Order: sequence, then structure tokens, then C-alpha cells
Amino acid sequence: MRILRWLAGSIVLGALAVLNFFVFDGPLLVKLINVSLFSALVVLYRVVRGPSPADRVIALDILGILIIGVLALLGLYYDQGFFMDIALIWALLSFVAALAFAKILEGRRLDD
Amino acid sequence: MIRHTIGMAFIWLGMLFNFFGVLGLLRLPDVYSRLQAATKCITFGSAGLLFGVFVLKGFTSFGFKVLLAIAFIFLTAPISAHAIARAAHRSRIPLCPESVVDLYEADHELKEEGRHASS
Repeated sequence: MRILRWLAGSIVLGALAVLNFFVFDGPLLVKLINVSLFSALVVLYRVVRGPSPADRVIALDILGILIIGVLALLGLYYDQGFFMDIALIWALLSFVAALAFAKILEGRRLDD
Repeated sequence: MIRHTIGMAFIWLGMLFNFFGVLGLLRLPDVYSRLQAATKCITFGSAGLLFGVFVLKGFTSFGFKVLLAIAFIFLTAPISAHAIARAAHRSRIPLCPESVVDLYEADHELKEEGRHASS
């Protein structure tokens, strides 16, 4: 059963990689953005199904850091600098949100 | 040309680190091990990817914003990870059944005993 699950996961990942890098016809940066967005989708699975609240908070924090990389690649692709402004603000808001969620999770209030 | 090669190598390295960190976030059994895998891998992976973008863009305003983002990630990601781990441990989220030792819990109990003995 365990070997079957590993096999199914490997086949799905390999098929996605082949579809992305060999079948899909586009510039290389778009392919790299596709891989990063697939990583963000996997993180969203952990946000939806995480067994405990701490899992969801961790996944949201990680999602913020992943989106910074995606935005840097997008700015490199379109050759425009304002994407990094969006990335910096996203990083700041994600950090503050993670600290606030940690405080709530610990059972304290925000003005404590 | 060689700058383009080095930058693309850093971007590939960072993207692979991101992907394996996300696999660890998906597959590991426990809140704390998931936190360990995801935070370390994805912090280093995103920093590598941003450094590749900086190598490609050079010393322009875009490049300086990318360096600022790297410094920001290295400053804030460990802080938020530590805060979330401490909060999860204090709100009694259990470890996975295969784990053998919980030194933070033992340390906390020792500290409580010392406080009771002194007062």
C-alpha cells in the first residue's frame, strides 16, 4: 500500500514535470513560474486540510515567502520593478500576521 | 553570458529547494518536523532565487529591492517560525507518536519546580 502510494505520487509528479518542461511551449521563465505556483498549490492543500491550527498558520507563513519568489520571477519576466514593491509589502504583512496568529494561538490577547 | 549562466543556476537551485521544502511540508507527520523542513528549506530557497534575480539584474533599483527582500527574509522568517513553534508547544499540540524525547517540556517542568521551590 505504501509502495503503491509512493509510485502514484512519483508518476503524477513526473507527468507534471514532463508536461511543463517538454510539452508546454513557452519561455523558460514561465516554466519556472509554473513550478513555483505548483508549490504554492501544495501549500494551500496544507492550509485547507491541516489537522491543527498551527499547521494552517505555518502554511500561510510559508505561502508568503513562496509568493516573494514568484513575484521576483514575474518582475524578471516583464522587466518591471514594481513587482518587488508588492513582494516587500507582502513579506511585511505575512510576518505581522504570523506573529499575531502565534499570539492568539498561545491564548494571549493582542494588546497583552 | 557568464552572468546569465550564474543567475539561472542560482534560480534553479532556489526553485529546487522550494519544491523539496514544500514536499516536506506535505509529507512529514508532525507540526514541529513540518515547521523545521518548511522553514529552513523555503527560507534558503527563496533567498537563492532572489539572489539569482539580483545577479541577472545587476546594480539597478530592481536589484537593490531584491537585496532588501533577501535581508528581510533572513531577518523575519526565523522569528516567525520560532514564535509559531513556541505557541504550538504551549497550546499542547501533541508530538507524533514515534518521537522519543521532548526536551522543551522537561526544561519547562524544571523551571516550574524551581519557581515553586524558591517561593
